[in-house]
Amino acid sequence: MTSMSIQPVILWTDALLFLLLLACVLAALHVRNTEPLRDAWHKVGRRPTGMAAATVLCAFVLVGLLDSLHYRPRLPELPAAADASRSAAAARKGEAVYSSEVLSALDALLAPLRLQTEKTYSAPFSFTLYQRETVQAPGSGQQRIYPRLVHGAAHLGDPAAERGGDVALRTLAALGLAAAAWALAFLIAAWRVARSERLPWDEAVSALLRGRTVLAWRAVLATLAVLLVIVSAWATLAPHYHVFGTDKVGQDVLYLALKSVRTALVIGTITTLVMMPFAVALGIAAGYLGGWVDDAVQYVYTVLNAIPGVLLIAAAVLMMQVVIDTHPQWFDTAAQRSDARLLALCFILGITSWTGLARLLRGETLKLRELEYVQAARAFGASTAAILRRHILPNVMHIVLIALVMDFSGLVLAEAVLSYVGIGVDPTTISFGTMINMARAELAREPMVWWSLAAAFVFMFALVLAANLFADVVRDAFDPRRS
Amino acid sequence: MFAYLVRRVLYAIPILIGVNLLTFVLFFVVNSPDDMARMQIGVKRATPEAIERWKVERGYDKPMFYNPVASGSARVTDTIFFSKSLRMFAFDFGSADDGRDIAREIRERMGPSLAIALPTFLLSLYAAISMALLLVFFRATYLDFWGVVGCVAMMSISSLFYIIGGQWLVSKLWSLVPISGYASGLDATRFLVLPVAISVIAGIGSSVRWYRTIFLEEISKDYVRTARAKGLSELRVLFRHVLKNAMIPILTGVVVVIPLLFMGSLLVESFFAIPGLGSYTIDAINAQDFAVVRAMVFIGSVLYIVGLILTDLSYVLVDPRVRLE
Repeated sequence: MTSMSIQPVILWTDALLFLLLLACVLAALHVRNTEPLRDAWHKVGRRPTGMAAATVLCAFVLVGLLDSLHYRPRLPELPAAADASRSAAAARKGEAVYSSEVLSALDALLAPLRLQTEKTYSAPFSFTLYQRETVQAPGSGQQRIYPRLVHGAAHLGDPAAERGGDVALRTLAALGLAAAAWALAFLIAAWRVARSERLPWDEAVSALLRGRTVLAWRAVLATLAVLLVIVSAWATLAPHYHVFGTDKVGQDVLYLALKSVRTALVIGTITTLVMMPFAVALGIAAGYLGGWVDDAVQYVYTVLNAIPGVLLIAAAVLMMQVVIDTHPQWFDTAAQRSDARLLALCFILGITSWTGLARLLRGETLKLRELEYVQAARAFGASTAAILRRHILPNVMHIVLIALVMDFSGLVLAEAVLSYVGIGVDPTTISFGTMINMARAELAREPMVWWSLAAAFVFMFALVLAANLFADVVRDAFDPRRS
Repeated sequence: MFAYLVRRVLYAIPILIGVNLLTFVLFFVVNSPDDMARMQIGVKRATPEAIERWKVERGYDKPMFYNPVASGSARVTDTIFFSKSLRMFAFDFGSADDGRDIAREIRERMGPSLAIALPTFLLSLYAAISMALLLVFFRATYLDFWGVVGCVAMMSISSLFYIIGGQWLVSKLWSLVPISGYASGLDATRFLVLPVAISVIAGIGSSVRWYRTIFLEEISKDYVRTARAKGLSELRVLFRHVLKNAMIPILTGVVVVIPLLFMGSLLVESFFAIPGLGSYTIDAINAQDFAVVRAMVFIGSVLYIVGLILTDLSYVLVDPRVRLE
């Protein structure tokens, strides 16, 4: 490896996220060929709220996945004299030296946001720092002024006068960009409708506009319009302004908020993913086998349930911190260490939350066990393993799916609270919780520093609301008790 | 009934033993006391002497299960397992890192915790049930639809936002109540109004939706149709029949948390500087005071089990069909 300019890094949570993506793709293929499942998902697709929420979630997932493609950039060749101790050995062998900083595809995409840091706080769209500073002015001695930002509105000669017009112009450009992108999306949607519903072109367009299509494409397009306007406004404005201001160390808040999305997604999905095998295996086994297995499983989950969730998490996280802090040799980079902590947090949250799903599955299995088709399978001499796999498992999967989508929003909200309490993600991991935690202390300042708090809450609200709405629609479609 | 109660209490013992073993494993087996000492002192400053001193101060220098040096029963009692784990059953939690007795601290802090948690609990219950009944009364109308949308939106807001926003709006902008603090006696009211109000608002979205689902499930049953058929007004049906019958699912979810009210709320207490058990727990977590966290885990599970027993007893009160034998 001599000329590679990057070295890919696969963190544990990256691997699990992509595993989950793969599982989703496989599940989608399976759904296509299974009529009842296809019908249930069609029910989801017919609901405008479901489709709109799914569109927003897709946008978040895209950000999260981009942020999960990690790599270490190659360090530029250093002059032989400099930094001899570190690179000399490597240089002699002709090996590349990679930065210890782990970046992601999202970081590369947002390079201007990531690199344009200021000295400290600055308000959204501001061209000066938030605080006065004493500077040496030529001729007149010391002065207390608001210093200009290094990057924010730096392209303007007289920002106080020109900023309004510049922002308006760039917003207009963004609207044009969004309109063009949206028109393309509209054409694709119209083409799909025309093809799948076998309508002539003009009727497909009018059905789409009136919301008369089988799947709620109009809701998708409306949501997409809002998303495109926001994203293109960021694209035209963010390279020149700090749209959401900057935080204490001068980092762009928009960048931090986008980076937090991945952490939220990891906590929301990986937690359920890691606890699911236990919950499914134990819940089904307890329900179907009964006897001492049932007693043992019930005992374990009563014990876990008996401990208030936050305290169990606190105890486990404290102990996990001790393990990680006393074994620094396990981790090459800081990113790997904080990733290990994130994954451990997912496991801990999973341990405390599998009991609810296991109990539901046990109850459902108890019911299924007595049904005729299971009795018949047993009478035919099918083995227990085969009955569980072929007859019980597929018929409880809707409960697992509902649990997966229902738990997501709660976990995202829990992350913020846990990070505030000090038992959440690593303080170096960018997450909504750490953002809120850092911003909280600044509310007492005069004038108030509100923007990082506001950005974190707005992003979280959008993600959680979309997840909640989507979860409701999925539950309505898959829960046989709701018609 | 009495026999049932005795059986339930006996059944609680293995669960408490399980909790006890689990905390013991978490705190002493996953990490040795040496690791914990190294972490707390700081990896760089942890000399063998400092670690030894840390362990002696906290009584972690004893053998784990069996003390061969001691004589008589002390061979078993002078061990970490006995002094740190088994003694909890007698509600003897030892002392915290600052040297204070944990059991006494818990007794003193229960009052302030309860002063917030009890009004919050009662008000939330009242507000949520009445709003859910309102939505059910106007079911399948725009009021119901937007009510549910409002609930989902309120559920999607982080509880941190409610607290931070409420403190900023009411205390800082309007200066209506002090921003945080606590006083004893009646004077406490002005400190309690805001945290209680915020806790009620923060929780109302999910609970209204939950009660609404319960009522809707109940309202589709046959007896409701009978009640309507015999000419009762809808209001009478809701209050005399649906509410009464919905008490069983409501009690299942509600009674179990009553004992846990003693534990207070972590977030609210720490934001409003209320000297209750919630802020005690948070302080212990931040200071990595393992003894306090262990004690709170144990107390929490005892209270949870009490809640389970109370739930069973409450069924007898509302459902004449239930007899506990």
